[in-house]
Amino acid sequence: MKLVVLSGKGGVGKTLVSVNLTNVLSEFGKIVHLDCDVEEPNSNIFLKRKIDFTENVDIQIPYADSSKCTKCGLCSENCQFGAISVFKTGTVVFESLCHGCGVCSYICPEKAIKEKSKTIGNISFGEKDNIIFGEGVLKIGEPSGVKVIRKLKNKYPDSDIIITDAPPGASCSVVETLKGADYALVITESTPFGLHDMKAVLEIALKMNIKTGVVINRYDENYKETENYLRAENIEIISKIPFIKEIAEIYSVGGLISSKKEYRKIFLEIAEKTGVLKCLNK
Amino acid sequence: MFKQIAVVSGKGGTGKTTVTAALTHLFKNNIPVDCDVDASNLFLLFNPKTEKQYDYYGGKKAYIDINKCSSCGLCAEICRFDAVNINSGEYSVDSYSCEGCGYCVIRCPEKAIELSESRSGEYYISYKEGRFIHGELEPGEETSGGLIAAIRKKAIESADKTDYIIIDGSPGIGCPATSSITGVSYVLIVSEPTLSGFHDLIRIMETTEQFRRKYSVVINKYDINTEITEKIEKYCSDKNIKITGKIPFDKTVMKAVQESNSIINYNSPASEAIKKLYKNITEEIK
Repeated sequence: MKLVVLSGKGGVGKTLVSVNLTNVLSEFGKIVHLDCDVEEPNSNIFLKRKIDFTENVDIQIPYADSSKCTKCGLCSENCQFGAISVFKTGTVVFESLCHGCGVCSYICPEKAIKEKSKTIGNISFGEKDNIIFGEGVLKIGEPSGVKVIRKLKNKYPDSDIIITDAPPGASCSVVETLKGADYALVITESTPFGLHDMKAVLEIALKMNIKTGVVINRYDENYKETENYLRAENIEIISKIPFIKEIAEIYSVGGLISSKKEYRKIFLEIAEKTGVLKCLNK
Repeated sequence: MFKQIAVVSGKGGTGKTTVTAALTHLFKNNIPVDCDVDASNLFLLFNPKTEKQYDYYGGKKAYIDINKCSSCGLCAEICRFDAVNINSGEYSVDSYSCEGCGYCVIRCPEKAIELSESRSGEYYISYKEGRFIHGELEPGEETSGGLIAAIRKKAIESADKTDYIIIDGSPGIGCPATSSITGVSYVLIVSEPTLSGFHDLIRIMETTEQFRRKYSVVINKYDINTEITEKIEKYCSDKNIKITGKIPFDKTVMKAVQESNSIINYNSPASEAIKKLYKNITEEIK
């Protein structure tokens, strides 16, 4: 079973839930935990796995061989991203705009455009005590983490239980993270912001035909709108976690709240209600 | 000439929107711009009346005409974005993965594939005491950087008699975040004293430096962990980066959000700290 923890709005408790869920599940069997929030990966601050190996994530980007280039301009005409231009002095690739699609090197009649590797990030792994931890890191200045996420996920495609920490927001990197998931666990908080941003990710999960459930973190019983919305949409509320100062304190120093008995039961309940525990016990 | 101030955070949920909203109440004669197109929460706080709506076409997507397709599979083989799906022998393009490069269009021997414009979001000019500009990305779309550029262009066009454009940026360090800060006069980074907050702060600081923007850091909820707050202060002072504000943890902030109001309109410790922050920033951007 592949369960993805996501949130729309940042800072509502996505990493808190994913790492503690993994921690509790690892008492029962082997868990793969993937941190797909490649712009700001934080899971390992809590899971503290020593990294055993790291691999670079590369894309192929073009460069022009000026001795062969006839400045015909076909490359620039066919590039959809404005990433290659022909000047009097020669043909120039703007690397930050280039998607590495391969159009220009294919279309060049002189075979003057070749490709080279460019590292946009890396993925790394560490294993200890029933947790296989993997994370992707996007290099600073790179625009998109989609390829890093894809490579990270392809490393353990067929593991029994995979818990994934998704990026915030509701754009392409969230979709990439959700591909192939069996369950989307959406975290929100009792505010109009949390409600608004939750709706966007629920819409994506619905379109992708993925089963969903919601955790309301920093639950405030005076704010009824989230529950009213979920009831109307027939979406299951998996857990309500109240605001407790101690949770914030343990989180702030990189601790796992599920190491304490009173909080462990929150995540055990999440594991049961989402079906992931049953899957693990099979 | 107006100045553009971008508020960003790296980590989400550190209080970026709360700080932005407060600053738009304190700076005179400004246009608030919500560039967090995945999660446009500043708009929710303002709740302005929409004047004008624009469609945003971010890019193209490939479409396969199955009547012409001979199922040769070349498109799936050459696509570098894994965007071609095969379902019981039938080929189709996964529009979430397609980046619209057109490689498959050029290579298809049957000329069965076309690129067409795809609508990936919208943006608005609204009004409440002044102009307000924001955008919303269609869920799952990839071109948030382009949409943010379109929003900021609209803000600049509307800013002829304005002194400040105040931008609520996107979280992270990727293209939505960098599109929010490129070309601005000043960047304010909102951080929080947690280990993950500190980790993310370092990455957004490096990103801001790469874009060569003048910036400072504000520590929100600084009293929830004074030890990490001190570490952040030391890290910034070693790099010669100013801490322009320290905002205490204050339950009034949550109350203000639930009442869709700015914290500035309440008498509270957080409100006082933000007023100080405002004074410090005005000194910085003189």
